[in-house]
Amino acid sequence: MLTARLALKSLRNRLLPSILTVASIAFSVALLVGIENIRNGLRDSFTGTISGTDLIVGPQSGTIQLLLYSVFGMGSPTGNISWEAYEHFRDHEAVSWTIPYSLGDNHRGFRVIGTTEDFYDHFRFRREGRISFAAGRPARERYDVVIGAEVASRLDYELGQTIVVTHGLGPAGIMDHDEHPFTIVGILNRTSTPVDRAVYVTLEGIEAMHEGWQDGVPPMPSFAPADPDPVAEDGSPGGPAEGAGAGGGGPPASSPAQTTQITSFFVGATSRFETLGLQREVNQYEGDALMAIIPGVALAEMWRTVGYAEDGLKIVSFFVVIVGLLGMLVSLYTALEARRREMAIFRALGAGPRRIVSLLVVESGLLAFLGAALGVALVYLGIVLFQETVEQAFGLYIPLRALGRLEWIYLGAVVTAGFVIGLVPALKAYRTTLTDGLSPRT
Amino acid sequence: MSSAPAVHIQRLRFAYRTGPLVLDIEELLVPAGEKVFLHGPSGSGKTTLLGLIAGVLKASQGEVRVLGTDLGAISGAKRDEFRGTRMGYVFQMFNLIPYLTALENITLPCRMKPARRARVEGSLEDAARALADRLEITGHLRQKPGELSVGQQQRVAACRALLGAPELVVADEPTSALDHDRRTRFLELLFDSCDSVGATLLFVSHDRTLEGLFDRALSLPDVNRIGQAAA
Repeated sequence: MLTARLALKSLRNRLLPSILTVASIAFSVALLVGIENIRNGLRDSFTGTISGTDLIVGPQSGTIQLLLYSVFGMGSPTGNISWEAYEHFRDHEAVSWTIPYSLGDNHRGFRVIGTTEDFYDHFRFRREGRISFAAGRPARERYDVVIGAEVASRLDYELGQTIVVTHGLGPAGIMDHDEHPFTIVGILNRTSTPVDRAVYVTLEGIEAMHEGWQDGVPPMPSFAPADPDPVAEDGSPGGPAEGAGAGGGGPPASSPAQTTQITSFFVGATSRFETLGLQREVNQYEGDALMAIIPGVALAEMWRTVGYAEDGLKIVSFFVVIVGLLGMLVSLYTALEARRREMAIFRALGAGPRRIVSLLVVESGLLAFLGAALGVALVYLGIVLFQETVEQAFGLYIPLRALGRLEWIYLGAVVTAGFVIGLVPALKAYRTTLTDGLSPRT
Repeated sequence: MSSAPAVHIQRLRFAYRTGPLVLDIEELLVPAGEKVFLHGPSGSGKTTLLGLIAGVLKASQGEVRVLGTDLGAISGAKRDEFRGTRMGYVFQMFNLIPYLTALENITLPCRMKPARRARVEGSLEDAARALADRLEITGHLRQKPGELSVGQQQRVAACRALLGAPELVVADEPTSALDHDRRTRFLELLFDSCDSVGATLLFVSHDRTLEGLFDRALSLPDVNRIGQAAA
């Protein structure tokens, strides 16, 4: 009790040096905890790019390749899936929902994804993150288009504007589908995932663009000049059954009868337990050569291969720890060295070694503890204050999370080192008074 | 009060670790209840001798008996306890803990050592105030050392050394920072306070002009054979 009171009074007496010591400890702790949070945020952003989806199905290829083009919007699809195969699994009893994806076009470098309204209902990212609209509504009509947040801000688009889609996945695509302009009906809220950089149309929209194309090649030029207008106005001749209704902008153009192929699809199983059986069934499907991947597993696998950025941050953390501890030891040690005279007085008043040691140890331990606590508080305050700013500036979402193992170890090391470093001058002070008598002359 | 001598040193030899002998004293006696002046020029081993009497240092050979207790025969922790409980100590300067008020400084030894606290009857603060009154520092009890003059600081230190009725008060050149008038006044107050608690006073100084005020005067060079050999 007396020791603690004395330590507090002594700290208050040297307020400025104490504050500086606490601040230097706090900053080094904040640096480490901050780096850890960013590291964690990176991994979370990565593995949280998609969630809630049990399987991703595509043509047989590499796991990572499928993941890249279906989730990250990178690389090219290796082939297509027949509509029959998609229907087979869409109507499978173990399947709760599906999201079809049809890739192959871009708008000024942003990928165009043909999908259904299932996308807006079922797509999830970062656990419970849902697709939501900053403005407008989902794409329902043939020439409706919904754009991601980054597309909107980068190109400065608004609702009602018309845009033209280019064939091919890169911005260098040569063939504009300019006979089929699309109207922006929706702008999505920012998700900090590749969704922000995509453009969504309906499957019918994709088919309409490629009307008459065969194997990725447009119809012969000689036919083209005559055709475009009637095709655009009347709907496609390929879908006469409900073509009139769809073209007239009536109820949602439902069953995309003309769609014969898609690129991949996402599957939500009726229960988690069905996932493995379903995966096996997809892989053994006889109609097409298909493969199914479990996104969580594939993402974790991929993170291991691309995660060396994380290793880099780990190395930085390690040096931060070393430098932080050294700085702390220096400032604590100099603060305590200045007090040998005071220790001689305590000795003369009958303070034994235990009292001297505990006085200094409590003091340096207290500084270390305050510094550690303040450092952690700084980081969490920073996350709360700047979470949104960082998300918007860097597309990096840093969640509020409990401290991890490495951080606890470091905090433990800081506080322990704080206590231990108090021992050194304390023992020295005690020994000095023994050799100098009661009046150290320095 | 014990009738044993306050300090009784016999056949003492002391050296720091493997260094040369610093003290070699056949006998030194401070009778209980007296005010003793110990003269020693700097370098004569004063500080070492006081360290031995205070029990911070341990004799290499011989016996240091303080208030009847052989300090060489008890452990370091016991010596700390002994010093804190039964002795008072006044330094040359820098006597006080800078972040405590004068009153907190005065009561510190009693707060650290319950046995010393037990020697004070009634409220610790009242006892401290009574002593402070005698030493004429009542008006400064709420101040920190930095706000006090050197003379006031020395009186606070004396007050701290005396609270808790120690049987022996050791003062190590407490007046060297004071001018002549203040020196005499400080001694008068110190003597008076020692009498009031019945303490023996061992006063060490290189300044022989004060010698006449004491009951008895000793000269360290006379008793320490090492100093004699060097001279």
